[in-house]
Amino acid sequence: MSSTTPSATRGAGPAGTEGVHEFTATGGDWDQISAEAERLGDERIVVNMGPQHPSTHGVLRVVLEIEGETVTEARAGIGFLHTGIEKNMEFRTWTQGVTFCTRMDYVAPLFQEAGYCLAVEKLLDITDDVPERATLIRVLMMELNRVASHMVAIGSGGNELGATTMMTIAFRDREEIMRIFEAVTGLRMNHAYIRPGGVAQDLAPGTTQMVRDAIPKIRNGIAELEKITLANPIFIGRQQGVGYLPLAGAIALGAAGPILRAAGLPFDLRRTQPYCGYETYDFEIVTETGADAYARMVVRFREMRESLKIVQQVLDRLEAQDRQGKHPVMVADKKIAWPAQLAVGTDGQGNSLEHIKEIMGTSMEALIHHFKLVTEGFRVPAGQVYQQIEHPKGILGVHLVSDGGTRPYRAHFRDPSFNNLQTLGIMCEGGTIADVVVALASIDPVLGGVDR
Amino acid sequence: MADQGKGRSPARTGTGKNVPAKTKTKAKAKAKAKPDFDVDGDSDKNAVQEFLAPVAGFGVTMSTLFRPVVTEQYPFEKKGTYPRYHGRHQLNRYADGLEKCIGCELCAWVCPADAIYVESGNNTPGAQYSPGERYGKVYQINYLRCIFCALCIEACPTRALTMTNDFELAGTSRAEMIFEKETLLAPLRSGMLAAPHPMIEGTDDDDYYRNEVTGPSLDQVDWVRERRPDDETLEAAAAAAQRAAQATVGGAE
Repeated sequence: MSSTTPSATRGAGPAGTEGVHEFTATGGDWDQISAEAERLGDERIVVNMGPQHPSTHGVLRVVLEIEGETVTEARAGIGFLHTGIEKNMEFRTWTQGVTFCTRMDYVAPLFQEAGYCLAVEKLLDITDDVPERATLIRVLMMELNRVASHMVAIGSGGNELGATTMMTIAFRDREEIMRIFEAVTGLRMNHAYIRPGGVAQDLAPGTTQMVRDAIPKIRNGIAELEKITLANPIFIGRQQGVGYLPLAGAIALGAAGPILRAAGLPFDLRRTQPYCGYETYDFEIVTETGADAYARMVVRFREMRESLKIVQQVLDRLEAQDRQGKHPVMVADKKIAWPAQLAVGTDGQGNSLEHIKEIMGTSMEALIHHFKLVTEGFRVPAGQVYQQIEHPKGILGVHLVSDGGTRPYRAHFRDPSFNNLQTLGIMCEGGTIADVVVALASIDPVLGGVDR
Repeated sequence: MADQGKGRSPARTGTGKNVPAKTKTKAKAKAKAKPDFDVDGDSDKNAVQEFLAPVAGFGVTMSTLFRPVVTEQYPFEKKGTYPRYHGRHQLNRYADGLEKCIGCELCAWVCPADAIYVESGNNTPGAQYSPGERYGKVYQINYLRCIFCALCIEACPTRALTMTNDFELAGTSRAEMIFEKETLLAPLRSGMLAAPHPMIEGTDDDDYYRNEVTGPSLDQVDWVRERRPDDETLEAAAAAAQRAAQATVGGAE
């Protein structure tokens, strides 16, 4: 369609837009389009926001029905980042599945890994055999990841409002956490670090000190973000009362995480259904009562501090273990434990020479286990399992079905972003277009997780 | 939570644009409720700080002016990675120059992205590339598929495959991003003798797996000199083998 002479066609677009004139604009002036729309006298105007809009938090398409600046109907169009991860997992071993599910919500990869591995362990009935140290490392990584995820939520949410400084500060301090992840797992995201039965390898030497050194910097970053935002008149004006979703609505729509806690319900799976030993840590479930975008931001700020509290407690326990000597990080059962002992040498990172000596030189049984586990993987008893964990964005549910084979019969993830995104309509309708951006940022969907 | 929702909701429902007067009352209400979210201990703000809270962001900006810049000037100043970083793969060699890869294909089996292709070949007396019976004849890693999960290096039973910290992997064509064995093989260090050549006299492949080989032997050097007199690695390897032989003799005396 020419940009100078906008014309309309009667469209048979997606459901609900039948009979509405369609405008295709490439460059040009919006005035002409609105003039043409005025001439046609349509009552309903349907506008696509996204999937290439910078404020939609990723490739999300929001179908807005507007009346002037007011949104009368908002629907989320998803699927632009569908990667078929769940289906692909059916064709990979249980261990390989970790490398796939970590890529769902790529802002909080360690949570998918942890949820998936906890589910596999439950199905294998080895939950109690997972070594203490592996669980501690999991908690450490998850809580650091929670801070990183909230940093992205706050920073990119601010960026979408035009507050670039919020993003630069948030990403600057998230970088501290990314460095820790790189030092421990070898990657900054999509780690595949947590494995069924434990973790891939122990913490790198000096990690606990590295985390201790990073905590004041992260705290400082959080404090700076709070100073920039929480009392700022512009921020308050944009956020307070926007994206309002009271408790009843949040529960009815199945929203969880900061959305639910910002509406006043202290619901946190770490407390209500503890896993990974969360019942032994001292932390608070953060709640607010504003039920709006502002309250969600406040919840995130406070949760980051609570997470750092947990991190410090884990560090104490890890250091106490360090003083006792070496602890295993993988289950003892040689038929399940992933057979690798990585070591860094002048030739890079690979299996340690001791491990090679053992499997190639001394123990034929170890070599057989190595080959069987690597090529075929372990078998998981037939049955199904549902494991929930508290993801930074809400409830992450992992539903695994096994037919007794070496790969899942079905792997389904209840991604929190997906369910939380259902609240977009009720949050936006009645507000202005500008508020859609705020509401969306307060939901903090990660489209990799939504579309999977 | 004990302090849950301490009279905070009323202040949160307004949606209109902020006129200055309104802002002030809001800021005051906020300051009163400060302990709610400030669990870090800096909640005891004095009256001046309370008054300045709405513009505290400027303070952050000003103080940031006087802090070191965290931006990394990447292509000009390279900060490097942590030792465990998953970078480009490398196929390693034993100290005498034989390849560690035995063509078992475990890396290809375990690769969740199907990025590795291995074809093994038989070692023959005339062309022995690795200790034992088999060697990796064709070895390709497709870096357009590789997801750097490192399962391959965990699967490798001989530490033939390792990951280096080299992350600068870019190319201009798809074909170029499929790395062949020649690219992936570690360069021959000085003193290593280029394969193929027989294993050291009197050893078997287990000695190699136990990492008991420290360098080429004189027999291996002679074998290569006979068949490939122009081999570039020959002289350095001969010197290394000579030194090693003398050290052994010296040690025996």
